[in-house]
Amino acid sequence: MASDINLDQVLQTFIVEARELLEDMEAALLRVADEADPRESINAIFRAAHTIKGSSGLFGLDAIVAFTHVAESVLDRVRDGAVTLDEGLVALLLACGDYIGRMVDAVERGEPQVDPHADPEGAALLARLQVHLETHEAPAAVTTAAPAAAEGGPARWHLSLRFGPDVLRNGMDPLSFIRYLATLGEIEHLVTIPDAVPALDALDPEGCCLGFEIAFVTTVDKAAIENVFEFVIDDCSLRIVPPGSQVARYIELIQSLPEGPSRLGEILVRCGSVTAYELETALRVQADSAPARKIGAILAEQGTVAPQVVEAALVKQKQGKDTRGSENQSVRVDADKLDRLINLVGELIIATAGANLVAKRTRNLELMERNSTLADLVEEVRDSALQLRMVKIGATFNRFKRVVHDVARELGKDIELAVSGEDTELDKTVVEKIGDPLMHLVRNAMDHGIDSPERRAERGKPATGTVSLNAFHDSGSIVIQVSDDGGGLDRERILAKGLERGLVEPGRTMTDAEVYALIFEPGFSTAEQITNLSGRGVGMDVVRRNIEALRGNVSIASEPGRGTTVTVRLPLTLAIINGFQVGVGKSVFVVPMDMVDECIEFSAETGQDYTGLRGQVLPFIRLRDLFDVPGRPAARQNIVVVKHAGQKFGLVVDALMGEAQAVIKPLSRMFVQVRGISGSSILGSGDVALILDVPVLMQQAQEARGAAAHAAS
Amino acid sequence: MNSSTFRIDGELTIYRAAELAAAMKTALAGVADGGALALDLSEVAEMDCAGVQLLLAARRSATESGRSLRLAGRSAAVDEVLAILQLTGHFGDAVAEAH
Repeated sequence: MASDINLDQVLQTFIVEARELLEDMEAALLRVADEADPRESINAIFRAAHTIKGSSGLFGLDAIVAFTHVAESVLDRVRDGAVTLDEGLVALLLACGDYIGRMVDAVERGEPQVDPHADPEGAALLARLQVHLETHEAPAAVTTAAPAAAEGGPARWHLSLRFGPDVLRNGMDPLSFIRYLATLGEIEHLVTIPDAVPALDALDPEGCCLGFEIAFVTTVDKAAIENVFEFVIDDCSLRIVPPGSQVARYIELIQSLPEGPSRLGEILVRCGSVTAYELETALRVQADSAPARKIGAILAEQGTVAPQVVEAALVKQKQGKDTRGSENQSVRVDADKLDRLINLVGELIIATAGANLVAKRTRNLELMERNSTLADLVEEVRDSALQLRMVKIGATFNRFKRVVHDVARELGKDIELAVSGEDTELDKTVVEKIGDPLMHLVRNAMDHGIDSPERRAERGKPATGTVSLNAFHDSGSIVIQVSDDGGGLDRERILAKGLERGLVEPGRTMTDAEVYALIFEPGFSTAEQITNLSGRGVGMDVVRRNIEALRGNVSIASEPGRGTTVTVRLPLTLAIINGFQVGVGKSVFVVPMDMVDECIEFSAETGQDYTGLRGQVLPFIRLRDLFDVPGRPAARQNIVVVKHAGQKFGLVVDALMGEAQAVIKPLSRMFVQVRGISGSSILGSGDVALILDVPVLMQQAQEARGAAAHAAS
Repeated sequence: MNSSTFRIDGELTIYRAAELAAAMKTALAGVADGGALALDLSEVAEMDCAGVQLLLAARRSATESGRSLRLAGRSAAVDEVLAILQLTGHFGDAVAEAH
């Protein structure tokens, strides 16, 4: 049914917002321990829980309401200072946040709600929360109960609601708010105000022009009533007259509403909020005694109800403004739509290359000129399209604060996370895939990197260990570093283990980097004690595989006693690269442009796998041999010098064909085993070109050279 | 007879508000001056505020053009909404007439 879709959309908004609130809550929980004055953060935590509870209620998600309510009660006591937010409570509240998150996930999957009391995990958390509510039972009853109820018994409020024109269009139905309101108390009287509803001719059937005057009897406080309308507060005007208000308050209300005083007076009387006599008297008194001054005073007082009410209103307003501000700045777009756009841009680039080729063949200068303008524009479109998918890495980094907090507790180490370069942007698809490998690296740094507190004291280091995450851009790549200030890698132990596992041939001299790289080999683990985090011998090799699958690479540097830095280098995007085309026989290969250093003429004696480059030895690979390209080498071959991770090597090719954009098409499964090729691309002519995987080729070149050197020695 | 019946099935909600507004206008125009239009809502499965608003607007149109509008039948869904908004009496007389 159509209305299900409507509800789905709003529910989707709820889910997204709930997750954002949970993230806020988590961030605040994590920073609260470090703050001199944590009141702001505690308020933020409380607000997050409170808002989640409120909006869950709106959707009838009673399980979330029930659970969050208990957490909120505890937070309320924290806010009052009745309970201290110590480390244990922070951990408990983090776990509660996770639990709420899982309940939200369940809502998203459309699963039935599970009563947290009936669920073992939920019940356990609730029991632990309950402890914090019970410690001072007597004061708790007074402080946690809604303030309005403290006076005892239900009270009679008057609500005046006018919905804005866009409410219905935004997927909100005023009816559902009224239904929800009815769950908080009793709607004694409700008068629907049809005055603003025009005749059919003038009606905007999708705009809302309804208003309601409601006499509401409840035990909840004003904030709770306002909360009911939180989702529409920007789109509706809500005026609340508290219980026991003077008639003047109602007069004030009447004056602030569009319907005339007599009409409204009548409605208020119908609601039973004031009696006709009271109203009449009040209106007359006001008319008699210096009305100008009095109205001025009333206007000045407008909105100034009780101080706590004003504060609540201001907070609401600020929140409203904040959300609106960010809404103006950003638009949520389906990732699928973006992917489609980028695919199309890819096709556009191929098509432009094709048109270019034809233009060149026809030797029509004007056409070529136009084509080149077009190509420039397409390039700009490509850049902007890719930019759309760029996200800051900060959000990913921040997730690790929680990981570090939890893992440090688990390990009994005092570790903090330092984050820098959060604003560095990279492709969303890369961000999504880098989370797991980074998680592994961070856990590894904490588990193996940071030494025990005793060891740190021995070495004269601060008791608190630091794991740092850093990100920056470097020539077409993004570099992410995970560092620790721990003991560093033990070269000898790694080498010994490498020998034991048969990963290193005895007697071979290795650089530090080569030795350290061993820890990325499958089945390598030097942890003497196996903890439940790592040390299971799986992990680092998986990390490397995942990173290489993203066309990235990983390296490691370490200083004994000072710490270890793992550097992950990733391409900025997975979709399109600037490529340098080279020809071997009839085949065309593409080398990522940012790796091409220079091109030189091929000159080497037959049989040798290296040549001289300005006095340096340059190893090279003959692509013809590597890929078994048929045909004889051209009379004049060239070497493309490629640079990667600070090292250079050459690729021997027949022809240099120049720069061109390459839209990367993934290789089909059949070619998964082929090493040295990272993807394919379609040329303007329609031919397929293979994209060379330079890091892998370099590794092969080094292995070949190493083996040759070893054989020679 | 100078009375005709306009029957609404299924949803009386924002999704069909524009379509129904136009249809109601046509239906009202087809009623002679001084005549009455009976709205049969007995098959309405769902109604929201847009629906309520439509009924209010239709009634105003009818009144302004010297016609009248009555509800000739109400489904449970319509009854529930009218009860919440305490509009039962608003359209109730018409129902009484219809019976």
